[in-house]
Amino acid sequence: MPRLHWEDFTPGQVTECGSRLITRSEIIAFAAEYDPQPMHLDEAAARANIFGGLIASGWHSCCILMRMLSDDFIGDASFMGAPGVEEVNWLAPIRPGERIKARATVLETRASRSRPDVGFVKFRFELVNAADQPVMTLIVNPMFGRRAGEFSARESS
Amino acid sequence: MKYFEDIGVGEISDIGRHTFTAEDIKGFAARFDPQPFHLDEAAAARSHFGRLCASGWHTACVWMRLLIDFRRREDEERRARGEAVAQLGPSPGFRDLKWLKPVYVGDTISYATEVVETRTLSSRPGWGVISIRNTGVNQRGEPVMSFISSVLVESRERGPHGS
Repeated sequence: MPRLHWEDFTPGQVTECGSRLITRSEIIAFAAEYDPQPMHLDEAAARANIFGGLIASGWHSCCILMRMLSDDFIGDASFMGAPGVEEVNWLAPIRPGERIKARATVLETRASRSRPDVGFVKFRFELVNAADQPVMTLIVNPMFGRRAGEFSARESS
Repeated sequence: MKYFEDIGVGEISDIGRHTFTAEDIKGFAARFDPQPFHLDEAAAARSHFGRLCASGWHTACVWMRLLIDFRRREDEERRARGEAVAQLGPSPGFRDLKWLKPVYVGDTISYATEVVETRTLSSRPGWGVISIRNTGVNQRGEPVMSFISSVLVESRERGPHGS
């Protein structure tokens, strides 16, 4: 049974959701498939860009966050997905060998009007580097299941 | 890439299309979005999607790949005509990403971009920012994805090999 439900989230709550070492080979493998620009693919070519070296694709950063949330956050929750993402800001590059943490801050919670078994939780997710500098923020408003027991208890009252 | 000054609001480009196979969908999901409805046909059949469908991030990453390939082809044509090619700078991010319908196995998604805003940057002379609306439409003509992204584009005043 999922542990976290909509009722477990309150605005202002901050959760650390895992950390990852980002390797050169995964940066290059992702870029070769989905974002083959020199700054994500080739160390020598990347030295000429404004970042001065190889950096991860911003889309790779989104995918890394998704995987971290999947492993360390969603697995414990009655997560029902999101129909989209409000905004993503790429603030600083992720370089090979960096350790990245994910952090979730609850911005607001709202019960669904049409579905009494569902609620929305708006989060700001951040990927943060070892210097505690956010490298990416992502704002999303996914759905979570509500506690069936509480719902039925309230319905019957 | 065109220079910033040569890019106009309303310009539309068909950047390419991609057919999502089961292998493709499961391979992406296993690495980045391992949810049962992206990984396994039987689990997907029991889910609210009803069938195996692609991670929304997968649909978006394919857009990135097709856009890069499209820009590369355009740049090669410009060089063949003897025209200068503008550099692209970093992207600050994107907004309003909507996954409008699931992308199922065998769906072919056609991707397009439309320029929605251009503005100069006082903080970075020689560069401008363009915002583009990116869309994916399936073979039945149904929009499956939409978002607005931004990227820095070199301006002509910076010159072809600007300082």
